[in-house]
Amino acid sequence: MRAVDAVIECLKAEGVEVVFGLPGGANLPQYDAFYDAGIRHVLVRHEAGGGHAAAGYAKATGKVGVCFATSGPGATNVVTPIADAMMDSVPTVFITGQVRTDLLGTDGFQEVDVVGVTMPIVKHSFMIQHPLEIPRAIHEAFHLARTGRPGPVIVDIPTDLARAEIPYEPVTDVHLPGYQPTHEGNTKQIRQAAKALAAARRPVLYVGGGTINANASEEVRELARLDNFPVTCTLMGLGAYPAPDPQWLGMLGMHGTRTANYAMDEADLIVAIGARFDDRITGKLSEFAPRAKFVHIDIDPAEISKNIPAHIPIVGDAKNIVAKLVKEYRALEGVDHTRLEAWWERIHGWQEKHPLRYDDTEGDEIKPQRLIEALYEATGGDAIVTTDIGQHQMWAAQYFHFDRPRRWLQSGGLGTMGFGLPAAMGAKVGMPGETVICIAGDGSVQMNMQELATCAQEGIDIKIFISNNGYLGMVRQWQELFWDKRYSHVDMGQFPDFVKLADAMGATGFRFESKATLVEDIKQAIATPGPVMVDVRVTREENVYPMIAPGAAARDMVG
Amino acid sequence: MGDPGTKQDLLSLEDLEAAGALRTGRKHVLSILVENKPGVLTRIAGLFARRGFNIETLTVGPTDDDQISRVTLTVDGALHPIDQVTKQLHKLINVLKIRDLEPEGTVARELALFKVAAEGAARSEVMQVCDIFRGKVVDVTRRSLIVEVTGTTDKVEAFERMVRPFGLIEMMRTGEIAISRGRSET
Ligand SMILES: Cc1cc2nc3c(=O)[nH]c(=O)nc-3n(C[C@H](O)[C@H](O)[C@H](O)COP(=O)(O)OP(=O)(O)OC[C@H]3O[C@@H](n4cnc5c(N)ncnc54)[C@H](O)[C@@H]3O)c2cc1C
Ligand SMILES: Cc1ncc(C[n+]2csc(CCOP(=O)(O)OP(=O)(O)O)c2C)c(N)n1
Ligand SMILES: [Mg+2]
Repeated sequence: MRAVDAVIECLKAEGVEVVFGLPGGANLPQYDAFYDAGIRHVLVRHEAGGGHAAAGYAKATGKVGVCFATSGPGATNVVTPIADAMMDSVPTVFITGQVRTDLLGTDGFQEVDVVGVTMPIVKHSFMIQHPLEIPRAIHEAFHLARTGRPGPVIVDIPTDLARAEIPYEPVTDVHLPGYQPTHEGNTKQIRQAAKALAAARRPVLYVGGGTINANASEEVRELARLDNFPVTCTLMGLGAYPAPDPQWLGMLGMHGTRTANYAMDEADLIVAIGARFDDRITGKLSEFAPRAKFVHIDIDPAEISKNIPAHIPIVGDAKNIVAKLVKEYRALEGVDHTRLEAWWERIHGWQEKHPLRYDDTEGDEIKPQRLIEALYEATGGDAIVTTDIGQHQMWAAQYFHFDRPRRWLQSGGLGTMGFGLPAAMGAKVGMPGETVICIAGDGSVQMNMQELATCAQEGIDIKIFISNNGYLGMVRQWQELFWDKRYSHVDMGQFPDFVKLADAMGATGFRFESKATLVEDIKQAIATPGPVMVDVRVTREENVYPMIAPGAAARDMVG
Repeated sequence: MGDPGTKQDLLSLEDLEAAGALRTGRKHVLSILVENKPGVLTRIAGLFARRGFNIETLTVGPTDDDQISRVTLTVDGALHPIDQVTKQLHKLINVLKIRDLEPEGTVARELALFKVAAEGAARSEVMQVCDIFRGKVVDVTRRSLIVEVTGTTDKVEAFERMVRPFGLIEMMRTGEIAISRGRSET
């Protein structure tokens, strides 16, 4: 069969139900194969939309997201989603067309060395040099994308090789001698960690995105229940532990709760589970959790002691390790189960004194925080939520609560404006039975706006709520707080008219300006069939608090 | 938001330069077994560059298995602890094995070719030095000699110092290859 048909067979063998993409010259042969392939192909309007949709699909379903792009500009358009997937460890496969082999290196029409361009931002890449390599490369790409620490993998296929006749036999054995992720976790280390936990008087479980990738939420909950351990999650970990909950401290980090950050600051033992001590968490590194010993559970050995030296490193899969940790802890004798009482008293003190709060308006104006609360109320929390980047994202993290994993889909590491809309599209395709909401920024949403037309055409029923402050709000906040209020190029005015735009794209548009009717209005928007985009006018100059100022330590949170 | 700092904290160029010039740590000789796949060298070199490591020498050659090559690479004065890089190297799919070779437990050699101006009386002097270093004269013209020297980096550099005064026209060095001492494989 043609190599491009073999690609389709590979996709089917990998269980792929849907791909996102856009054709061009170099992948025309591939698109000929898609014509009657029997795999759903969502035709996006921009390859970046396709890449983020693949990521949204992957984050929501736990399966590998797939995106096709042509050579040259098609390939460079997926560079941002690839970098995004790398930073957030999202299992994705990108299959790009390439110019004919005899044109390689000649600045041929639409030639870009995409493997070279993306080398630092992929988990791995395959540059196909012979048509017989294609099936194995595709299968290895899927294997690499989904196992170990997941990430984006590219397969770049020159168009002449794609047209070659090859025999296809399903590849069942991937052979990657240089790739052997550790899953098990060292038993001695796990026992040590159990003992350290049993001795700790001020422990905190610091739970990250790796817990969600490992599907280890149940295990983490069990661990927390063992002895009433306090739990905090990173932005990427939200949903890994059910919120609200008495043991829940809220998110930690730059815009986390004071309680979570103070608890980290005073902890004597921090158990990091699939979390990577990002600088949004640690603030000033030298003053981060100065009294704590660290247990660090991560599948990637390169994360251990990267930023913070680990006292008890445990490399492996979080699900495995936490389950064993629970067992080891249970087997310990003479554990004093009352030892955390003083710690909880201290934590409760912070919780009472420093709840998340904002000053609501007297009149009918909608505070952006209120918008998030209203969305939570209107949905009963039963929705998959994506966001863009900025203030609205932080408020969503603070005021929407997630009681299950894979319902909060973020661009955390790269912070890619324009992620929310296409990611919601991908999530909805993967989870058609769920309500999928994109909480967007008026600035961010304009970066991948075009995919609303894709949603309209394909009947992908997402609900977009734009927290419209007419500003690149997060940047404005920094200019206000740290750059003498010199608002340099952050005012977007009230453009465009999102309601008309929604209409033009084939979606339904609404504009909400009233606090009083907000919850009801939201319910109505969600009940409206088809894609809906709502322009919610919110208070223009509002700041996200609390906040760890740049270069400051957690205990010095402001606001 | 990245870390744009605040309007108050200005960075001085001197501080930045001082930080950039910092060289700590010892020299490292890394011996890396890799699959013979396209782009593998670029991936390795890229990793070092991104972490602020300067590769001093780099040699690549076949092993007894034609699917596998050996990369020997020396880096000097690391800015950051080298184990962050070796951990990242391990993550490259085509990298099979890495050893950070301890100097005491290692035999390391490189080959160098020196083109030295050597006319008249100087010629025999150069050849004497060459003898002492167990070098080999591999080409002779009326006005110059080419000498081949193998040995440790120290030896090669000592030879260079000796012949430089005669007029060193050109020098080429392969960079070190290194093998661990004793029975076990590198
Ligand atoms: C405007 C903005 C503000 C932000 N503010 C905050 C903030 O206030 N607080 C905050 O927390 N974040 C914040 N972030 C996000 C932040 O940048 C990081 O993305 C985030 O903190 C990283 O989360 P994580 O540590 O859970 O790591 P992730 O990026 O989710 O990494 C997962 C880790 O788990 C490991 N892993 C993967 N699979 C497994 C497995 N099976 N078993 C074990 N380990 C595994 C990986 O190797 C990796 O180390 C902000 C982002 C933006 C854009
Ligand atoms: C592609 C990209 N460009 C620039 C930034 C820097 N940035 C971070 S937040 C932000 C403002 C986003 O504005 P908006 O989407 O309106 O959200 P708001 O903060 O107003 O809620 C900007 C410009 C970014 N994260 N991504
Ligand atoms: Mg805005």
